[in-house]
Amino acid sequence: MLDFIIGKYNYWIYIVLMMIGFYAMIGKKNLVKKIIGMNIFQTSIILFYVSTAYKKGGATLPIIEHAHGHGEHASHAIEASSYINPLPHVLMLTAIVVMVATLGVALAIVLKIYRRYNTLEEDEILKAIK
Amino acid sequence: MTDQFPVLIIIIPLLFAVITPLLGWWRENLCYPWVILSLTLCMLCSIFVLGRVIDTGVVIHYYLGSWAPPWGIELVIDHLNALMLVIISTTGLIVAIYSKNNVKQEIDGSIVYFYTLFLLQVTGFLGIVITGDMFNLYVFLEITSLAGYALIAAGEDGAPFASFRYIIMGTVGACFYLLGVGYLYIVTGSLNIADLARLLPDLYGSKVILVAFAFFFVGIAIKMALFPLHAWLPDAYTKAPSAASALIAPLMTKVAVYVMLRIMFTVFKPSLSIDILPVTDIMIWLGIAAIVAGAVMALAQTDFKRMCCYIVVAEIGYMVGGTGIANSVAIKGVILHILNDAIMTLGMFVVAGIVYYQTKGHNLTDFRNLFKKMPYTMAAFVVTALSIIGVPPTCGFFSKWYLIQGAIIAHCWAFVAALLLSSLINIILFFRIFEIGYGFHETHGHGHGHETVLISEAPMSMLIPTIITAIGIMLIGIYNQPILNNIIQFAVPKL
Repeated sequence: MLDFIIGKYNYWIYIVLMMIGFYAMIGKKNLVKKIIGMNIFQTSIILFYVSTAYKKGGATLPIIEHAHGHGEHASHAIEASSYINPLPHVLMLTAIVVMVATLGVALAIVLKIYRRYNTLEEDEILKAIK
Repeated sequence: MTDQFPVLIIIIPLLFAVITPLLGWWRENLCYPWVILSLTLCMLCSIFVLGRVIDTGVVIHYYLGSWAPPWGIELVIDHLNALMLVIISTTGLIVAIYSKNNVKQEIDGSIVYFYTLFLLQVTGFLGIVITGDMFNLYVFLEITSLAGYALIAAGEDGAPFASFRYIIMGTVGACFYLLGVGYLYIVTGSLNIADLARLLPDLYGSKVILVAFAFFFVGIAIKMALFPLHAWLPDAYTKAPSAASALIAPLMTKVAVYVMLRIMFTVFKPSLSIDILPVTDIMIWLGIAAIVAGAVMALAQTDFKRMCCYIVVAEIGYMVGGTGIANSVAIKGVILHILNDAIMTLGMFVVAGIVYYQTKGHNLTDFRNLFKKMPYTMAAFVVTALSIIGVPPTCGFFSKWYLIQGAIIAHCWAFVAALLLSSLINIILFFRIFEIGYGFHETHGHGHGHETVLISEAPMSMLIPTIITAIGIMLIGIYNQPILNNIIQFAVPKL
């Protein structure tokens, strides 16, 4: 059991982070805390994707050594198992951009809410709306 | 040249959206014709593509940058998404024409930004529908959502808070979708929809697939405002600026239904959700719950736009329940209802915008005497209302007909009952407005003292799109057979 947890600890951390973010989004009354929760939630997904790219056994960055212009080494076959999978990282670069944009929009809207109601507490805003 | 049309459909609005702020910085007045130009081009492209799909009957594949499918991003157009493309670009164009006076009244000063976001939103919708790549779909989903959050936040008092709630829920939905993509990627190593459809059937026993399916389903359900997860929708669409709600309300939920159909029937084989998992049974009951809850909540509203929002929630129930029934007649009804509901919701929100423009309110009481003041608008409103109720010559009747027929074939009597109940409630909802609109209450007691109400119609730029929508509702109803035989029949998945 312990091996099961320790062996895949990055996935467990992803779940824990995700739940922390989820709790903050649902449980917290302060709008900025909700946004922070949202950000933690999204970040946990980055951790998940990057974890899936990892390979055990000394896999390294997907930068091919002895490629073009190195004479006799150029013909070496590329062994996939010695490089980590680059695709999830690239997907996450796009996802990070999306997350930054979401954060920006959310903060801008919170600013607008603050200017209107002079508070960031959800229950006070709800009281002001009614 | 015509080979490039699939990509032009998304490139045109995207490129025009980027140029809009620059153009607006120079001459603000040019933004409006600029948006109309871009959406007209976009609509012509999508109609052309639909025509080609109908003529040749083959699925169009377009490889972005000529990268072959499993590695590169692919655009795939079959009958279903060709139809969706035409729905989206036409709705976008109608709302763009309609938005002229509205935007000046409601969000004066940020017209340029409004139109930029407007085009980005349409780009996102088109991208979701046209793409053949799961991750690309996520990116487009977020483009639409982000543009939508900003558009909604520009509305009346309270809109930013409604938009904030939508951000929180919408982000959870999108993240769940992204996780689903991740799970599928772990087990298959592919993101291409066609490639996934080829690789997945061998893995249906795997728990990873089931988790991925659950994440997809919940994520999309949030985006389409399926009943227990609909809480963000009424506030957001009620408080958004009229033009924005006329664009988002018909399309966002419908595009999400499209994504649901794609995932259930293209990415996964229909057998997964029908035989292996009891998803379809759950969907029928969720659909019934959404229909009943939406209809009852609509009855309790005194605000016209809010009432329409709950009708949208009920309509989502029709489509989810119809998909749950999962026989070819019901699915035919669902796809026809995507088309019908898009145009009916458009009709409702367009009228709501005109009423707001003329009376500065969208309560039911603001409809007083409007039948005399704005006869043409209200004629269009009556057509739309009859269509939502489901009166024969209008389009709403036919999709309900197929849904009920499908439910009867599958012996889902509860779904039939829910559909009929919601139709009856719709009658109450709209005849209540007709009564207010004709002003029966006031004239009743003092017949001879009636004041003359002057006709003050909405401006032409708003009236013409409204009437076009109403005519569209009639035409789709009358020509539903050609649409079914030429397009929808081929879009129904083989069950």
